[in-house]
Formats: sequence, structure tokens, C-alpha cells
Amino acid sequence: MATKKSNTIKLKFDSARNLAPAPESKSAAKIDPRYDLFINGKFEKPLSKKYFGTINPATEEKLSEVAEANQADVNRAVKAARAAYDNVWKKMPAKERAKYIYRIARMIQERAREFAIIESLDGGKPIRESRDFDVPTAANHFFYYAGWADKLEYAFPNRTTQPLGVAGQIIPWNFPLLMAAWKIAPALATGNTVVLKPAETTPLTALKLAEIIQEADLPPGVVNIITGAGATGAAIVNHPDINKIAFTGSTDVGKIIQRAIAGTNKKATLELGGKAANIIFDDAPLDQAVEGVINGIFFNQGHVCCAGSRLYVQESVFKEVVRKLKDRMETMIVGDPLDKNTDIGAINSRQQLETINKYLKIGQQEGAEMYQSSCSIPRKGFFCRPTIFTNVAQSNRIAQEEIFGPVLAIQSFRTDDEVIEKANNTPFGLSAGVWTDKGSKIFNMTTKLRAGVVWANTFNKFDPTSPFGGYKESGYGREGGLHGLAAYVNIV
Amino acid sequence: MIATKFIPDFSVSPHVDQVGIEERASRFTKRSIKNETKINGLKLALNMIDLTTLEGKDTDGKVKQLCYKAIHLHDSYPDLPTVAAICVYPSMVKVAKKALEGTGVKVASVATAFPSGQAPRDIKIRDTKFAVAQGADEVDMVISRGKFLEGEYNFVFDEIAAIKEACGEARLKVILETGELVTYDKVRKASDIAMYAGADFIKTSTGKISPAATMPVTLVMLEAIRDFYYKTGKRIAMKPAGGISKSKLALHYLVMLNEVLGEEWMNNHWFRFGASSLANDILMQLMKQKTGVYQSANYFSID
Amino acid sequence: MATTEKRLEILKTYKIYIGGQFPRTESGRYYVATNNKNEKLANVCLGSRKDFRDAVGAARNAFGGWSGRAAFNRGQILYRAAEMLEGRKAQFIDELMKQDATKLQAEKEVNLAIDRLIYYSGWCDKFQQLYSSVNPVASPHFNFSVPEPTGVVAAIAPQNDSLLGLVSLIAPIIAGGNTCIVLASNAKPLCAVTFAEVLNSSDLPGGVVNILTGKVAELAPYFADHMDVNATAYCEADAATQQMIKERSALNVKRIVLYDKVKWLADEAQSPYFIMDFQEIKTTWHPIENIGGAKAGY
Repeated sequence: MATKKSNTIKLKFDSARNLAPAPESKSAAKIDPRYDLFINGKFEKPLSKKYFGTINPATEEKLSEVAEANQADVNRAVKAARAAYDNVWKKMPAKERAKYIYRIARMIQERAREFAIIESLDGGKPIRESRDFDVPTAANHFFYYAGWADKLEYAFPNRTTQPLGVAGQIIPWNFPLLMAAWKIAPALATGNTVVLKPAETTPLTALKLAEIIQEADLPPGVVNIITGAGATGAAIVNHPDINKIAFTGSTDVGKIIQRAIAGTNKKATLELGGKAANIIFDDAPLDQAVEGVINGIFFNQGHVCCAGSRLYVQESVFKEVVRKLKDRMETMIVGDPLDKNTDIGAINSRQQLETINKYLKIGQQEGAEMYQSSCSIPRKGFFCRPTIFTNVAQSNRIAQEEIFGPVLAIQSFRTDDEVIEKANNTPFGLSAGVWTDKGSKIFNMTTKLRAGVVWANTFNKFDPTSPFGGYKESGYGREGGLHGLAAYVNIV
Repeated sequence: MIATKFIPDFSVSPHVDQVGIEERASRFTKRSIKNETKINGLKLALNMIDLTTLEGKDTDGKVKQLCYKAIHLHDSYPDLPTVAAICVYPSMVKVAKKALEGTGVKVASVATAFPSGQAPRDIKIRDTKFAVAQGADEVDMVISRGKFLEGEYNFVFDEIAAIKEACGEARLKVILETGELVTYDKVRKASDIAMYAGADFIKTSTGKISPAATMPVTLVMLEAIRDFYYKTGKRIAMKPAGGISKSKLALHYLVMLNEVLGEEWMNNHWFRFGASSLANDILMQLMKQKTGVYQSANYFSID
Repeated sequence: MATTEKRLEILKTYKIYIGGQFPRTESGRYYVATNNKNEKLANVCLGSRKDFRDAVGAARNAFGGWSGRAAFNRGQILYRAAEMLEGRKAQFIDELMKQDATKLQAEKEVNLAIDRLIYYSGWCDKFQQLYSSVNPVASPHFNFSVPEPTGVVAAIAPQNDSLLGLVSLIAPIIAGGNTCIVLASNAKPLCAVTFAEVLNSSDLPGGVVNILTGKVAELAPYFADHMDVNATAYCEADAATQQMIKERSALNVKRIVLYDKVKWLADEAQSPYFIMDFQEIKTTWHPIENIGGAKAGY
């Protein structure tokens, strides 16, 4: 009989990771050697005359170069957006506006494969995620908000709405196309025009979206997409003719923006950082909870503001959960983002990899116990093994600060009160997770956790109809759903 | 025997969240199995098949033909493995055993008033003993689903233990008939009961009830096996049966097996497919891989 | 005939209201409230940053209990406050008139203040239904969004409409389950302190509303940058103060609510949207089981 002593038992998963390569073909994606700024319906050379490269983080090879918009370029974009707002967009019947947005949704669907490949090339995320999540969800977001355009009078009881004007939108590198959709779709549906800046490490899908917007015959200037780094973003934030700033990114930059617009009447929505608690009670469906933890922290290499980066496990199941987690991590395939079997792709940039590695050191110095999957990682490119820390204290920096990588800090807890207190013991409040089979406990937890999104017996789910956004230092305003409309209108 | 040392409280078997388990199961289907991984996987799947005929109209002749197929799957393809076993009714064991003598292909027999299990325990024991006496290497029993759903877990446990004893050296497969248990929670509980009572295999279905094996239900059982292994150090084998007729689906199952229980389970001692038409679909796929040409069923023997 | 001696009037001491108590300012400072005729009305506490700090502590302590209360119960307490205000109407009219209002104006303001409390009392258990949603997500999950109170609100009340403005500011904040620290009108502080007495006799738990008197210029920076305050409200149009509040609020990403264009006497000065200014939207997801059975119908 095949019986072993339980302390020597270990399952082996090497063969599970060792699959023949299944790369997605790059031929379906066309990337130009150089991209200009999309202003007033045309690709225009930057007045700055400057370009910067964007690389594939999995190979460190240059994919293309994009224009670096300076103040004068931002001025041009805002001017185009203002003119389009005054002359065309705010006068257009809402149902016509809707049709343009529907058209964008459909065109993204038609070119989904191309978008997915470019998203993975430019940002490093696994093709499985860009194909199955980022691109379809982006298209769905346009489709959802398109339908709102001519129904706004139903959205705010006893009130009517007015568009704000020109919206300046600055988006991060973790979900480049999806964040563009989250920003542009509701802005257009409510009658605003847009100047959008993608992140400097991931500009390509936004520029491909610009091609679609051009192809869709959207009136020139309604959407302007300009590339650049922090200085370009600052020029947008500080531009006097912008009425609204929508920003997704770090809490530090969010605070800078809040200060920068203090002397103005600009409205703002900020979707900032997080350090979400994911809480497992001993009566939880443990295998699904473990899967939720995996999905919560390793989805998109952990580059997710709502990532479940703090795991709290009830002491009576702590060992079992950690064991299951380790086994599950062993099956994860880290590597080429374009391989259909890859679970964890490339870290988005060298800088981010350095940040993550810094925290791995900090965690060990703080006395936490680090465990990494035994998988191999490519020699070239920016990669990080899935990592968990046990023996973590609430006071550890790895338990307090947003790492934005595939790194999980695990703590145990004993009672419900204790875990609520620990979960809320953070300046952030974006998301939280709770796993238990007991309905009444779920409602106790979900009402007491101070976070904008609470996943119960699931994690990292998103939908165009579902409002998303934070409490406390995770920002203000909501994106998605009915509540996402409020960010782009004056209610009168 | 470990099983007699510690019997847990089955009323507190772990819970399973339906949406979560189905999501996880579908994730395995996203694996893209190519080239040598695919060929190795297909051959392994062939080698894991319990080629099955469980018909009222089964005859000696039919069973003999099936046995021939079991060891000559497709002779124009060199070095193919055999299937793992032939699965028949007790009355056909003798014929099958003779036909397969010396081939290494096992003979499995259903027993215990298959498929309903609605018979007194002594008859089930006699049924089992008869199959073993006829030469069955493996016995596929059914649990008393009615008793299980009544909450008579001890009855179910004792019955499995009794059949296990009647099996002697034969390996016991315990069919939960998951299509009648309906919820994953119940599948998990039944899996735990079967393993602690002495099952060598746990098996999803008789093939007579729809739904038969599904990936999520198999996943629940694989997770139960893993938890049992960690608790007791004892390996249990798994057999999904019914409804797996396409090679692509079989590969998905193998991905799942590989990622839940690991490589030590990736052989026909620890995993079987209960299927009849799966073999030909795999053969067609293998020929397609070999020749680069899509295949027709007319070129593959139906037995 | 008995001789009538002239009775000496008891002068009211105007103290601040923190955690359900009426302490004097810890600073020991005071200022003299006067009216247009330059009559001395009272010595009023000149609240300090430490008073504010204490008030934030009281508000934070009270938040869990107040936000966790049944909305219906919050409605009853607001209604009770309106009853109490009605009962002390004369005193408020008197104070308003001392502070330069005509009788007609004073009566109108007090009546409106009472009505406004009643108005928000009614909203306590209704606005959630208006602003919640069940979101039809495409996956097998039940997904709903509900408003929840932002937390501790630091609010600077309007300088004019010293009673109505104060009530119109406080009522939606606490109707939605928040707790607050309010800086009363510096020029016309009397009604604010008396209103604190109304609240204190209305079953409102201590710490839910804390009322300070003092100087805006001195205290506003602390209202904006205290790290345990979740939102700041300001009701004047002073651009420099607005900018200062916005800048300092960035320290912990406070929500900033500006009411510089609100006409407190108008009907438009009350609506559930005022409640929503101090609400967060929380979205909850849970899987929906769907096993076998009931495929074609129920």
C-alpha cells in the first residue's frame, strides 16, 4: 500500500509546468515603428519633436517609439477637445453620441485579437488575461456606457445633468486598454470630450484605440490621445481649460494632483492604491478560497490596485491554507506573456521589478519567512516568481505598503473582531475579500470592512455594470455602473 | 489499516462553492496542449481507459471483440499502449479474463446490484465475491445513494467497508453516482466516506445517469483525494466515467489531474477514464498528428 | 402688596459641545459675541486645535455605533431633535433677534430649521433605496452597491443663517450615519451652542455631533489636515480658504464638499443629494449557485 508518513508528503508539479510552448502568433498584430500624437482626429507630429521608446518587458526589446507631448502639445489637444465640445459634441443628440460609442465597442471586438497581442507585448501580461479579460471587458465597457448616453435623465432622481466639458484623463500601466475604456466611455456618454494620456511604459493599445476612434469617424477632437510621462500628465492636470481630472494611479501622485488643482474649480476622481485584506474563516470553502487568493494576488503579476495583498487566515486552518497555497503556486507557469499557458507574465518595467525586489528584501529583513515557487524564470526580461510571506506582523512594511507585484503577506487571526480591526487598520480602502460559508457572517464582514468593493467568496471580479472605487486614501469617485456616471456630470 | 484508525465526522466535510469550483475547472481548459505534450498526453489517456461495455444485451462475442480492441487499438500506428482495463458485468468477467490473459490489461467488473445498488447487502456481497471469483482484478461498486441522501452516512460507510472486505485482493472502485448526489458538497462528503471506508478508487458515475462525469465534479473528488493523502499518507485513485468521449476533453482532465495531484498520479494505476468511444477519438487525433491529415471514423474499428 | 425686588437674570454660559459634554475650551480663551449695535451678547469659547482634536476623537469613537444603528432609529432621533427645537423655539427666536434678525426673519429661520430636521429625519431610511443598485453583472454573481457613510466629517458652518445653515449642514451628514465636528458661525455663535443643547436632549449619542466655536482662520487648517477626518465641508466663497482646505485635505485624500453657492433659506438647500455628498458607494459581490435542476422553469 502506498502509504507515507504525513510529514514527508509532498506533491510534485514539475510536469504540470513543463508544457510544450504554445505561443500566440504575433502576426495578427501590426505595430508601427513610430506613433505620433492623436489630436483633433489626426496623428500629429509632436511640437516637442521628441519621441521615446516603449519596450517589451519580457524581452527588453524595443517595440516602437511614441511622441512625448510637451506643454504646447497639451495645449493643442485641449484646444481641440474644447472646440469639439463647444461645436459638436455637446450639441449632438444623445442617441447619436451613443451610436459612436457603440461603434467603438464593436470595433474593439472585431480587432480583439490584435489588441490582446499588443497589450501582452507592451505590458507583459499573459495573453490569456489580455485575451479573456482586458480586451473583452474594455469593449463591454464601451457597450455598456453607450447605452447610458440617451438615458441620463433616469440616472439621477429629480435632477438633470450637464456635461462638465473637457476631461483630462491619466491612466496607469497595469490595464492600459481597459483603463482607457473605463475613462473614455463614461466621459463620452455623458457628453464630455477627452484628452487622455496613457502610461509611458504602455502607450500602444491606447494608440491603437486612437486608430479605431479615427476609423469610427468620431468627430475630430472629441477624443485626443497624447503620450508622455509625468511632465505631460502635469501639463494636463494644470491646464486651465480642463474641467475635470480623472486619474488612476498611485496614492502619492493622486495627492499631488489634489493639491495641484486646489486653486481651481476642476472636479476630480481619483482611483489610487490599495492593500486589500483577503480574509479566510475556518468554515470557508478552502480550495475555492485558495484559488481566490491566487487570483487575488497573482492576477496580472499583482499589478492590480485592488489586489488581495494581505491574507488573513483563521488560525485553525492556517497551516492547511498555506500548504494548499504553496501547492497551487507550484503549478503556476511564469514566463513568455504570449504563451497561452503562461499564468504570470513579465513585470511591467525594470523600475517596478526593482521596487518589488526591494520589498522582498525588506520582508526578509523584517523577519518574515519568504516562500517562492520553484519554477524557473526566463533569463532575459523582467520576471518575479510568485511569492508569499508567512510569519508576518501587522507592523511589517510588507503588510502595510502597496508592493504592486506578485507578493502576498499572510497573517493568522483568531476572532472576527480581531480580523475586522486588522483589515481596516490601513490608510487604504479600495477592496477586501471574505471567505466563509456562513451568510450572516458575510454580511457582518462586508458591512464592517471599510472598502469600496468587497468580494465575498470570490475575488478580483469586474464588470461594466459594477461600480469600482475606494474609501479613504484609495481615492474618491466611482467608475463603472450607474454610479460611474456621477463623475462626469454636474447634477442640476 | 489506516481507515479504521480515524473516522472523521462526515457531517463536517469541507464545503465547496459551486461558482468557484466551476471557474477553477474551466481554467484547466485554457491550457493549450501542443506538439509532444499533446502526443504524450493522448497516449497516456489511451493507456488510462477502462474500455467499457455495460449493456443488457452484452454477449460473450461482444466482450471478446472488445477485448481484442483493447490490445490492438490501431495496429497501423506503431507502439501504441493498450487500454488499462476492460469493464464489464460480473457474468462477462470470465470471458474477458480469458481473452486478456497475459496482456497486462486488467478486468474490472461492476458489482453490488449495479447501477442502482437497490439490493440487500448480502446480495451485494455475493455479487462482489462472484465477480472476484470469476477473476476480476477490480470491482466497481455503487454506493447506496438513497441511504446517503437520507443522511445514513454510517450505513454507506459500513457497506463500502464490507464490499472492500469481499474484494480481497481486487482493487475497489467506489462509484458515487454524482449525477444523483447533485451538489458538490454532497460529492465531497461521499468522496470522504468512500476513502475512509477503504476505497482504492473513487469514481464519478455509472454512465447510466446524466450528468455523468464533469470536470468540476472530478475536481471536487481530486481535491478530496489530495486532502486525504495529506491527512493519511494514503494515495487514492480516481476514475471519471461517462461523458468523456473527445480527446481534447481527456487532455483537459489530464491537465487537471497534473495540477491537482501532480505527476505521481499521471499513470493508469492512479487514474482511469471510464469510456467507450474515447479511444477512437484519441486514435484519430494521434493519426492526425502523425499524418497532418484530418481523419474519418471509417478508418477506425468500432467494437 | 408685596414688594417686588428686581430679580437678577441668570446669564447663560456658552460652552462648546464635545462627546456629549459641554466643556469650556481647554485653552481657557474666549471672545465676546456682539451684534450690529455692538451690544455684548455673551462670552463665547474661543476653541483651540486641541478642542478640535478632542472632538475628532469623540466623533471617531461615536462613528461605529451611529453608523451601525438602524436607519429608522436615526430618523427617530432627528425627529426628536426637531421636537426639541420646536419646544425651545422662543429661545432660538430670541437669540436670533439678539443677533440682529427681525422677528419675522427669526421666526422664519427657526421654522425652517425645524422643518429641515423633519425633512432629513424622513430621509434617514429612504435615500439608500434611491441610490443603491443591484448591478446585473455578466457572471454568476449577485452584485449590489449601497451608500455607506464616509466617516468623520469636519464641517465649517456658514457665517450667516447661523441656525438654519448649521442645521442644514449637520442634518444630512448625520442622517447618512456620519459623525461630525462643526465650527459654528464666528459672528453669530449663540444658536449653535443652544442647538447643541437640543441635540443633547434628543437621544443623540454623545460624539455624533460636536460643536465648536472659534475662529475659522485659526481652526480651518486643522479641519483640513487632521489625518482621522474623512471629509471636510466649507460653506463660504473665500477662495484662499477653499484652496488651503483642498491642499491640506490631500494629505489623506479627504473628500471636500463646498457649499459656497447654497442659499440656505431656499427649498433647494435641502435634498438627498446633500446626504450623498457624505456617502461612499460600496459594491459587494457574491457567487450565485446554480446547480442542475430547474433548467427550463421553476
